[in-house]
Order: sequence, then structure tokens, then C-alpha cells
Amino acid sequence: MKPVDAVVVGSGVVGSIMSMELANAGLKVLCLERGRMIDPQTDFVKPFVHDELKFDRHSDIFQNLSRETITFRNNTSQTALPMREMGSFKPGEMVGGTAAHWGGNARRFLPHDFELRTKIAERYGKDFFPEHATIQDWGVTWDEIEPYYDQFESIYGVGGKAGNLDGTIQPGGNPHEGPRSREYPNPATRRTPQGDIFAKAASELGYAPFQGPAAAMTRDYSNLYKVMMLECQRGGFCSSHVCAQGAKANPLSAVLPALYKQKNFELRPLCNVIKVNTDSTGKQATGVTYIDARGREVEQPAGIVVVATYFFNNTRLLLLSGIGKPYDPQTGRGVVGRNYSYQVGGRVHVFFDDREFNPFIGGGMANTSIDELNGDVADRAKLGFVGGAYVNTPSAGASPIKGKPVPHGTPRWGAEWKKAVAHNYRRSLGIHIHGSCMSYRQHYLDLDPTYKDANGLPLLRMTFDWHENEQKMLKWAYEKCVEIAKAMKPAHYHAAAIPMNYSIVPYQSTHNVGGVVMGTDPSTSVVNKYLQSWDVPNLFVVGGSAFPQNGAQGPTGTIGMLACWAADGIKEHYLKKPGPMM
Amino acid sequence: MSESTMQSAFGYLTPLEIAFLDAAAERLIPTDELGPGAREAGVAVYIDRQLFSAWGTHGRNYRSGPWLEGTPEQGFQSRLTPQEIYRIGIREINDHCRAKYEKPFDQLPPDKQDEILKALEKNQVALPSLSSKLFFDLLWRNTEEGYFADPMYGGNRGKAGWKLIGFPGVPSGAYREHIDNPEPYRAEPVSILDVQLGQAQVDAQGFVKHVMLKQQGGK
Repeated sequence: MKPVDAVVVGSGVVGSIMSMELANAGLKVLCLERGRMIDPQTDFVKPFVHDELKFDRHSDIFQNLSRETITFRNNTSQTALPMREMGSFKPGEMVGGTAAHWGGNARRFLPHDFELRTKIAERYGKDFFPEHATIQDWGVTWDEIEPYYDQFESIYGVGGKAGNLDGTIQPGGNPHEGPRSREYPNPATRRTPQGDIFAKAASELGYAPFQGPAAAMTRDYSNLYKVMMLECQRGGFCSSHVCAQGAKANPLSAVLPALYKQKNFELRPLCNVIKVNTDSTGKQATGVTYIDARGREVEQPAGIVVVATYFFNNTRLLLLSGIGKPYDPQTGRGVVGRNYSYQVGGRVHVFFDDREFNPFIGGGMANTSIDELNGDVADRAKLGFVGGAYVNTPSAGASPIKGKPVPHGTPRWGAEWKKAVAHNYRRSLGIHIHGSCMSYRQHYLDLDPTYKDANGLPLLRMTFDWHENEQKMLKWAYEKCVEIAKAMKPAHYHAAAIPMNYSIVPYQSTHNVGGVVMGTDPSTSVVNKYLQSWDVPNLFVVGGSAFPQNGAQGPTGTIGMLACWAADGIKEHYLKKPGPMM
Repeated sequence: MSESTMQSAFGYLTPLEIAFLDAAAERLIPTDELGPGAREAGVAVYIDRQLFSAWGTHGRNYRSGPWLEGTPEQGFQSRLTPQEIYRIGIREINDHCRAKYEKPFDQLPPDKQDEILKALEKNQVALPSLSSKLFFDLLWRNTEEGYFADPMYGGNRGKAGWKLIGFPGVPSGAYREHIDNPEPYRAEPVSILDVQLGQAQVDAQGFVKHVMLKQQGGK
């Protein structure tokens, strides 16, 4: 194959933006995508997109597990077994990646999140960390990365109301967010009747409700790349689905249309990269090897390699390529696969007899939120845990198969269940808890010793369980959310149970992070603060894989920010002086 | 009953299996004053079509060994596909019913059927080849899907599931202006199948036009 200046592995949120930015800088860019080509104009059309069974239950836009999955165990004393069917999370497999079917929750992390170890130690002392925690700073500060959040939001057309403009608190926004250099590019979503009830109850209890930022257009919007996205119609079918209106910003609607116009850009779908190749010194990447649609192994030379896949494969690709020292939980040494983390979630279901909603109207991440339980607002010394949660009442468009909660104590099936479903579908709302998750010494990723993918390569193995710290945090968040539920004066409410052990079965979130962590110390990170490999300076590994631990907010906004930040580092620094940037 | 599921085209299930599924699904979502149950809604037809699809053979599941039982947290680890779970499970449950009551499941009275379903759910029936809970959980999952998925998949006949809960089906272009309106939005549900068959009106943007129902206050 002809050499290219840069090869980008993956065409999702990171791969599309990095391809665009590097092509804009004049590089000849090749993007390799394992999934199939997509034309949203013909592949996702009304009314066929409005199909819960096809896209949420039996989706063919999620990863095809028959070819590749992961293995999972709660701890090292167990034998990891393959995730045989999709459950806890839903990685994508197509042009546009996982982000093509995201929900559109476009929140920024808090300034505090990027310097978590330092900030906790400053406020609570060095001994306050949970047992075995491997919490660490990201190596970047808020002031460094804020312009790149702004850039991402201008690409994804995020709608919201600023709560903090350059340090001045703004009414109607989130007073706890980090200082913003300017307003959101689009106005906030309109508040639904369910949001009104949440806002009223939360206000009575002293919280400051706001409309959560969303990457579904709140007006027709031409973005930073001059791509037009239409206003969201609030018809639901967002998460798990691709928007037929093109109103939800994602690689297909916000970036790829502009990228296809670049003459120095090529997208090659159905090419599954299995290895990053290096020269004999092991310190210079020479390109990648991929398997194409016909099963041929192809070598692609490149000057710069950007690995930009869903976080699992960022880690797996480095392990398969022998780049970076694999993490060993026994000694705590090694870095690749270290600091796997997830997010912890909870729900309080609230039922009314005297109110009726239109739960199917919504989507585009319309949600009313509070942030007082998040970050470091309340004194954690008294609470005895680190981390927090944001809380919201979303109007996501309740779909008929999975979106019909019933009061606690209702039988699971039969006439009583039927009656309860008929009564409550239009009379309930949810208070959702979205919690952070720290990283711990015993939670990590490595290659499975037994199970292989369709190419005969080892699957990635995940070892993960809930830690007492997150369970304590969730218990506290539930107590606060039950207070909000009671203030709504409902007929019934109940909180979901706090899970003892992490289970891979029920869908929770596709917010898996870590494994190729960024930082300033090569003994605890795989990539430096510019997302550049410490070992191979012309290799950049970008994505959720870089998070040293997880914040409470959906990670996509921060992943998109990192793509903008890493691309700028390459353009402004690396290209001028190739070599280690730190 | 408007139409017997027996009169539909079946790709995988045998008449005995259809009789079992009609009976079992009807207990899970029974016919009552609120509307049709799972039998009339065509849940057995839905399950048949799903079994005849790639999902029926777990076409997108990881299916390499070694096959170990694992922990509940590790999820589905059976080597059986949905086709096999239904075929083997129905036979073995009917054997159990014959041994206990001298009749197959579909010929038992409703209270006995409920008793058996509850025992299956609690994993209290020792079937020779599979866990009774595995069978029940799949049956319940598919019954709920069949009752509430788009009618294009063979179930939710007459949009029984959507009428039950007041779900209007495919969204209309009017939703945007209704998002912060507390007035109940009540429409005759429209399915993807309706649009495919040309039985629903579509606007210039491709959104369906809903026919609004008369306001009747609370349901």
C-alpha cells in the first residue's frame, strides 16, 4: 500500500475529528474503519429508524460479537468468560462508530476532575483515598483544555445555558460547571412537564436546576466545519439509534460530510486493524496491519499512527502490538490495561395518579438536571467517599418495550402487571443518578489466555467489580434523590437496588474508560498529556482509554475535547518538531 | 378472538409448540377488560419469526468454547441457541406436565398453567437439559417484545400493546411543538408496517401524520 502521512484507526467521535483536523493541516490522511460504510441518507430513514426491536434489541450497528467480544470476571480468582451477548454496554461497529448511536449527552467534566489526586489530597489529606485507589491527575489543567471543549461544542452544536462565564455565575445555567470562555453555540432544550416537576422539587430543596447540555440541535445549525444539522423533532429513538433527521450530532452528521470533501482524505471501511507496526528499534511506528473485507492481511505504511477506537480496542491493539508494558495487578507495575473504570448509575422511579405525561415525546437528550451532588460541592470528609453524581430527569422518549416502569411490588407478569403498565406508562418519571467511578489497583484489562476472536487473536479480558467507595456514593445519592421524589408528592416511588457485584448483563452505560491512560509520569501512564505514546512518539492513542478514572458526566464530550486537543498538539507542536513532546 | 395465530405462516415452530406458546404467552399477558392478550396479539407469530432470523441462532453472539457455567454476573453462557431453547424447553416442560397432570401444558386450566410458569420462573422445575429459569426468562422477554414491538414483526396485532399504554407509535412532526405542553397527546397509533403498506399519511419531511383521538380525560 502507498504510504500516507497519517493513518487513523477508527471513524468514531475521535477518528473523524482527528482525520478532519489533520487533513485540514495538509496531511494525507487515511482512516481505517472495521465496520461497514454508512450513508445516513439511505441507511437511516423514517419511519424505519423508529424501531426499538431492530436497533435496541437486535442491533446490527453494534459490535458483532460473533467475531469479537471481551471476556469478563469480577476478580482474579474467577475464570473470565466471554460476553456472549450484548448487555452492560453497546460498542458500535460501522462508519461513525459507537458515537453514531449515542444519546447526545454532551457535558463537560469539572475542572476538579482533571486534577483529582491533587485536589483530594489538598482538601482532605493524602490518606483520604479509598483502599487500592489508583486515582491520578490527567496531566492537563482546565485552562489548557477549555478551548478544546469549546471547539468540540462548536462541532457538535451543543445546546445549553452557561452557568459560569469566565468566572461569573450566570442564572439558569449550572453554577458548578467550570468557567466557560463563551456561551454554548445553541440555546438550551425546552423544559418538559416532567422537567418542571423535577425542577420545582429540586428548587424547594435548595438545588439549582438547569437544562442539561445536549448535542441534538435546538435550532438548525451550521457547525464549525460548515455542516448543517436540523433542529431536533423530539421524537425519541436516540440512544441506540441513528437520527433520521440528522439532528443528533455524531460523526455521520457533524464531521464526515465535511471530511469526504477533503481531497487528501480517504476512508477505507471493513478494514480491521490488528497491529501497530514498529521498526527494529521499537521506538518508531511504521504503520499498521489490517485485515480487509476479503480476509487479506494488508500492511499500511504511515508517518503518524493515530489509534482512535472504542476504548477496548485502543488497549487491545497496544497489547497485541507489544507497545508499552502490560499492567500487572500483582506488582502494580506496567501501564497498558491499567486503571479500567466505568460509571455507576441509579434510578428513582416516581409514579403519579393525578398527572399524565407524554413520555414518548422527548429525546435529543432533553433533561433537567442538578449538579450539587457532583464533584466536590459537599464536604466529602463527612461523607467518607470520593466522587459524586449528577442527577437528572430526562425526557428521552420512553419506548414501549423497555420504557415502562411499574411500582415496586407489582408482579413481573400477568393481569396485575398488565394493569400496572397500562396505568403507569403515562404517569411516571425517573430521577436518574449518573455517578463517577474511581480506578483501583485490581480493576484492569489484559489479554485473555483462552478465548480468541475470529482472526485467532486473544480477546481482551476485563477484571472489574464495584468498590465500596462507589456503593457509598450511590447510597448517599439515592438518599438525596428520594428526598426529591418525596417533594414531588407522588403516589408511589422506589429506588432501584444498589448492586453488590458488577454484572455484565443489564444495560448500564457505554461509558467504559481507561487502559491507555494519559499523564505526566511514564510509570503510571501510557501516553503523555498530548496523548502521545511515551514509547513510540509517532503513535497517538486517543479516546476514553486515556481517562485515568471516570467522572460522573457522560464521557463523550470529554473524548471529543481530547480529540481536538490531541489534533492541535500534533498540528502546533509535533509536525514542527517530530519527536517526544514531553 | 379475531384471528387464530394457527392460521399464520410459521417458519420454525411446530403446531404443538405454537399451542404451547399461545397458551403460555396468554397467561403472561392475559386477555381482560383492558384489551387483547398475547395470543390475540400474535406473540407466537412474533417468536416464530425471531427464531427464524439470525437472532434465532444467535448469529451475532460469541459462540466459541470452552463453555463454562460462570456466575450470574457473567451472563448468558448456554451453548443452546434460542431455536434450541424453545424446541428442547417446550418438549421437556410438556413432558413434565404430562408426568404431573397427564396433559400437555396448553390443555391445563389457567391456574395450573400459572403454577407451572411460576415454578419455571423460580427455577423450581428440574428439566433434563436446561435451567427452567433460562427458558422462562427468554419466554417472558420475547413475549414482552412481541406484544410491544412494531407489528411488522408479527406481534402487537391491532397495535394492542401500544393502545394498552397509549403509545402513538412512529413519532409525528408535531412532537417538537408539544414538548413542553402538559396537555395529553393522544393519537391513533401508527406503525412502521402502516407506512410500508401505505396506510398512514406522511408529511414532506417523512414524519407520519397522527390522527388525534378525542380527549377522554384520564384512562
